Amino acid sequence: MRKFSLPLASLIILAMLLSACGTPSGGEIVEVEVTRIVEVEVTTEGDIQVVNAPGYGEILARVQERGRVVCAGRTDLLGFGYLDDDGRNIGFDIDLCRAVAAAVLGDPEAIEIVPVTAAERGPVIQTGEVDLLSRNVTWTSSRDSQWGNFTITMFYDGQGYMVRADSGIKSQDDMDGASVCVTSGTTTEKNLAADFRERGLDFEAVIFEDTSSVYNAFFEGRCDVTTSDRSQLAAIQAGADNPADYMILPMIISKEPLTPVVPHGDDQWFDIVKLVMYALINAENPAYGPITQATVDDVLASDNIKGKTVLGVEGDWGYSSLGLDADALANALRAVGNYGEVYNRYMGPAGIAFTLPRGLNEHWTDGGLIYAPPIK
Amino acid sequence: MTDAGNTQPAPADIRPPSQLKPIVWVQRNLFNNWFNSVLTVLALGSIYFIGRAVLEWAFFTADWRPVTHNPILYLVGQYPRDQLWRVGASLLLVSFLTGMSWGKWKGIMRSFALLLGIGLAILGIIPAGGQLGSLAVRIFFLINLPAIYLGYLLGSRKFVTGGLVLAGWLLSFSLIPFLLRGTGEGTMLPTVETSMWGGLLVTLILAVGGILLSFPLGVLLALGRRSSLPVIKLFSIGFIEGIRGVPLVTILFMSSIILALFLPPELRIDRLVRALIGMTIFSAAYTAENVRGGLQAVPAGQIEAAKAVGLNNFQTTLFIVLPQALRAVIPAIVGQFISLFKDTTLVIIVAINELLNIGKSILQSDVEFLQLQFEVFIFVAAVFWVLSYLMSFASRRLETALGVGER
Repeated sequence: MRKFSLPLASLIILAMLLSACGTPSGGEIVEVEVTRIVEVEVTTEGDIQVVNAPGYGEILARVQERGRVVCAGRTDLLGFGYLDDDGRNIGFDIDLCRAVAAAVLGDPEAIEIVPVTAAERGPVIQTGEVDLLSRNVTWTSSRDSQWGNFTITMFYDGQGYMVRADSGIKSQDDMDGASVCVTSGTTTEKNLAADFRERGLDFEAVIFEDTSSVYNAFFEGRCDVTTSDRSQLAAIQAGADNPADYMILPMIISKEPLTPVVPHGDDQWFDIVKLVMYALINAENPAYGPITQATVDDVLASDNIKGKTVLGVEGDWGYSSLGLDADALANALRAVGNYGEVYNRYMGPAGIAFTLPRGLNEHWTDGGLIYAPPIK
Repeated sequence: MTDAGNTQPAPADIRPPSQLKPIVWVQRNLFNNWFNSVLTVLALGSIYFIGRAVLEWAFFTADWRPVTHNPILYLVGQYPRDQLWRVGASLLLVSFLTGMSWGKWKGIMRSFALLLGIGLAILGIIPAGGQLGSLAVRIFFLINLPAIYLGYLLGSRKFVTGGLVLAGWLLSFSLIPFLLRGTGEGTMLPTVETSMWGGLLVTLILAVGGILLSFPLGVLLALGRRSSLPVIKLFSIGFIEGIRGVPLVTILFMSSIILALFLPPELRIDRLVRALIGMTIFSAAYTAENVRGGLQAVPAGQIEAAKAVGLNNFQTTLFIVLPQALRAVIPAIVGQFISLFKDTTLVIIVAINELLNIGKSILQSDVEFLQLQFEVFIFVAAVFWVLSYLMSFASRRLETALGVGER
């Protein structure tokens, strides 16, 4: 996979010699890389000299120099990226950014969240204006090819239906001829039309420009059904005067794998962000402890080899090749906790945003899709 | 309006209306014939029913929690709460200078200073939730009142010249961005990135910044368009017509997204600055056309007279043409600025959390607020109305002071 570039390799070796003699070399960028490679050699004692593609390591160097991870996020989606009473940006997506900052800089507060609109998500990551795009982005093939590298799906969302509990509607088949409240011009509207067409059913769309109007209309009884991503429906249901009057149907009509994205061209940064996500996911596995925010030190003191590996005291989980500290993942877990803790903080039974059963977002040991390669 | 059906000649009472007894005034203006009487009753009836419905909604049905829960979000957005003193200090500076201007120039500045004082006093004493209700924030607001008065006392002194006050304004406008953004980690003023700024703070920065920057640019463009140098003339025409042919939303979108695709990552311009530049060039193009109208209204004889007494081109423009031209177009320019102020809400499409956008964020901060968008939008609209009205009020005072419309 790695592209070997002979001129670059010779340049690095030359620069190594120069810096070893204590002579400042001309190209600063090369020098930064060299320092890192020398460190690698010291810690791993005689590892193979790797030559990486141009761009490799740029983002980490930039982040460390700046002292902050810049994430594209949002302030206007309950549960994922929103404001608390102190005006702090919080939410599921924001915690993922905090975890990365804790891992690479040791400080979960060393983040800058740049709010972006849906239309800006592509450009900000394409241009490298931000280091990480964590703003409920659905992973699709065209976005993957154009925007950046999609790391690992951290939230499996999907479009669903909400009806009144006493309406007797159990599935789409009961919805023939129903009126459906939906926002205009969104993929939500397209998915709805496709779902009904495939089943040969009719519906009457009641279309509104913004989401709040859609749900107001639904609560006022102007339509029988409303449709949106299930996480949104859960939030809306929780906000109803009497949540028990409404019901989210079990079926899911679209795939919305929400995934953090990094810019194209820097495999090291791609790997770092993925590893942090793997750690959050694996830490929830009972085989690893499980490691929670509170039990990091207990696991360190225990004899759980898997858990101690994640925490960096039982061999190299890859940190030396990535230029990270051994306790990087431990810092991430201390900062935000494991995947289940992050999820439950906002959307668990006692979540501060709303409650949404985990469903597909259960850990794979509990039958969900949240699965990550082992950390070892 | 009620005179519409008036068929009878007005009675020969030459007293001004204010001297009439109320009952006579009502009789004469509202019930002077059967048609007007019917209209009056109908109008009163609809006002009663609509007014009652509105008031009932506002006081009983509406749930104002998204507004009252934490109003400080509307003022400064995400600005870190432990650094709020910097916003307070900026405000204090503005208050003090407004007071000084009052002492120096009296007249319209007096109304400004008093309105600012009243506004801040209201903010300082209204019952409010969250941090706005905290004692420290209240003191922040109330301390501005003595600051205005101190400025007034100082400004009234003989040795304080108009130039000094203007220099103070210029200095503070260049100082405030530094104060708000900070000088870097580990220093007295840790950096607060502009992505953390929000609410009314950003709305005012965009509006005041846009107005202050676009006005001189617009005047220059207007002069350039009438210049005899072909390069300057063509550039000005191209700029003005090019910008006026594109909607503001497009300009904002271009400056935020398309520009970023062309610039290398090291040359990243701050997002708020990008939006400010977009608003400035847009407003400058319109201001230029307004000013050009004023320039054309200055009779050629004025310029000939200026030449005759030996003024050069520069002096003629600066001392003879521009003062008359600008005086003639004050209403148009203020109209342009009011529209610029309201257009600041469009930065919502580049995700800058100005007043309206922070309102939308607040709607998403609690499940119980999700359906209360009507209350939030009404509140934001009211804030915009008050501030826009103040601007048009100020413009009318300025016109009176300068004698516009009188010959």
